Amino acid sequence: MIFKVFPKKKLSLLYELLAVNTMVGPTLKGKDRNGKSLYDFDVLYTFDDLALDYTATIHSAKRFVLPYHEKLSSFDINKTDWKKHVDINVYKPLVFFGMHPCDINALNKLDMVLAGNVYPNPYYIGKRKNIFIVGLDCSPEPQCFCHSMGTDSALHGFDMFLTDLGDKYFVEVLSATAFDFLSQIKSKEPSKKDHQHYKQVNALKNKNFATNVETNDLTKILDLEFDAKAWDQWGDKCLSCGTCSNVCPTCYCYGVEENIDLDLKNANKIRSLHSCNLLDFAKVSGGHNFRPEKSTRLKYRYYHKHRGFVEAFEESLCVGCGRCGQACLADITPPEVIASVRGKE
Amino acid sequence: MDQQLSYLGVPLTRPKVAFFDFTSCEGCQLQILNNEATLLDFLNLVEIVNFREGMSEKSDNYDIAFIEGSISRPDEIKRLEAIRHNAKIVVALGSCACFGGVNQLKNRFNDLNWVKKEVYGDFPIETIEVHPLEKYVQVDLKIYGCPIKKEEVEKIVTNLVVGKSITSPEYPVCMECKANENICLFELGEPCLGPVTRAGCDAWCTNNRRGCWGCRGPADVANVRQLEEIMHKYGFSNETMLDRLECFGGFASLTKEIKKTKKPAAKRKK
Repeated sequence: MIFKVFPKKKLSLLYELLAVNTMVGPTLKGKDRNGKSLYDFDVLYTFDDLALDYTATIHSAKRFVLPYHEKLSSFDINKTDWKKHVDINVYKPLVFFGMHPCDINALNKLDMVLAGNVYPNPYYIGKRKNIFIVGLDCSPEPQCFCHSMGTDSALHGFDMFLTDLGDKYFVEVLSATAFDFLSQIKSKEPSKKDHQHYKQVNALKNKNFATNVETNDLTKILDLEFDAKAWDQWGDKCLSCGTCSNVCPTCYCYGVEENIDLDLKNANKIRSLHSCNLLDFAKVSGGHNFRPEKSTRLKYRYYHKHRGFVEAFEESLCVGCGRCGQACLADITPPEVIASVRGKE
Repeated sequence: MDQQLSYLGVPLTRPKVAFFDFTSCEGCQLQILNNEATLLDFLNLVEIVNFREGMSEKSDNYDIAFIEGSISRPDEIKRLEAIRHNAKIVVALGSCACFGGVNQLKNRFNDLNWVKKEVYGDFPIETIEVHPLEKYVQVDLKIYGCPIKKEEVEKIVTNLVVGKSITSPEYPVCMECKANENICLFELGEPCLGPVTRAGCDAWCTNNRRGCWGCRGPADVANVRQLEEIMHKYGFSNETMLDRLECFGGFASLTKEIKKTKKPAAKRKK
């Protein structure tokens, strides 16, 4: 891998060079009732909109590659025939500025399902391939357990990755485009001292994780504890509202709906992200519901993330960003759920 | 209008439709007329034969009756039964028709005679406890909301005409609110019934940073017990929660349960 360093004051220059494209990054959205800053990913209009010292965003960056609602096709209806139009909804490249490793890893996991599959999803790939990602290191927050999920550092899936070394950024370069941009701001080769500093910063980060999830043998534990009482206890609390899936950077389950326009001249097919915690998730034609209980639905969310996906792809579908637990009004958090299922409440 | 309606060569029948109102603000009917951009297309799909708010002609020959309002007087029951007799399909339009709506708040008072006296003074009108339509007649379809969302009605009517099934979301408003990437109102210090209220409004209120009041009634899973805990955690009393849960009447059966175990928070003196 190629490494570079550049002084911090050149960051705005890098931003400006990239800003011929549409910029997306963490930005301040408001304050909560206790005065704590709330951040989300959004389109940026100036460098000042960018909040690089952000704490976890409320929502993930998912909507830029996998919108909550997306028109898959539209139809012109004639008297006896129709004409189908397909638009994969990619109009311009995006630059993602300041993505933490968990969110980069989340995209890598989505790639496995939506891009690396037998049936790749053109709507997803079109957007994913048109994103330039500037990663950024972070310091763990209380809810973060990416360390446990092996997603605390990103090995691929970005163009360049910045680590804050105080007065300069240490850059990992993964693409030729990134290399070109870094040449334009006259970045330098890192010195031995920079290497040392970089290692220190990462070592310090590793020490600061407050939350842990024991993932050893988790697939087997989940099978053994299929009937554990803990599922019912968490199920009692669950609101079946789908918030966890909507804020999750890797939840990709969806439903498709076909609608006819009021004038009967057009129709369209819309894909909407759904959630396995919603009552009708496993309801099939004829009305039978395979998962009518809250506890079962909640359980299967964990089974998909931590068991099924692991068996299919040798890694978990969870990146440990902690958003679902933060957003859940009923305080259902993965570290607590998994600990209780293990019998370590 | 005279042209035969068809979809992909399949001829469709233009249903004869009537709109009626009982105790209500008539705002839901107004919503139907409100969206001028689509009004002509809407009128092309159906043949409206009775709509006091929109036209002078009246006919009792209709297939579908859209009924706004709750039942609060004995004479309304008779009129409702006559409409039910005439119509093939009865649609409850809006919160009043579905749950009693804001009008049913009067049922919270223990003494309805006192209510009558407060409201009408020395000129009393014969009123009864407020109830939704289905207390008296069979309702075939409910369109939720206070007011109803025109887009939803248009979708329902289109599906009715082409023979597609009609569904309402079973999940709560949170699902739509999160998909709109709103900040949770609890975090901003406002109570919200989004976690228990049926979606379909596209989080209309919470998009505008107003907490949900539950006008669409409970979602198919409405974990009101957990909502109670959430309200307490964020510093809101049972009274605050019950004020919202009882506002439109949709949660009537669920609030009874809360009141049973807790001290009634919304006791009013006579």
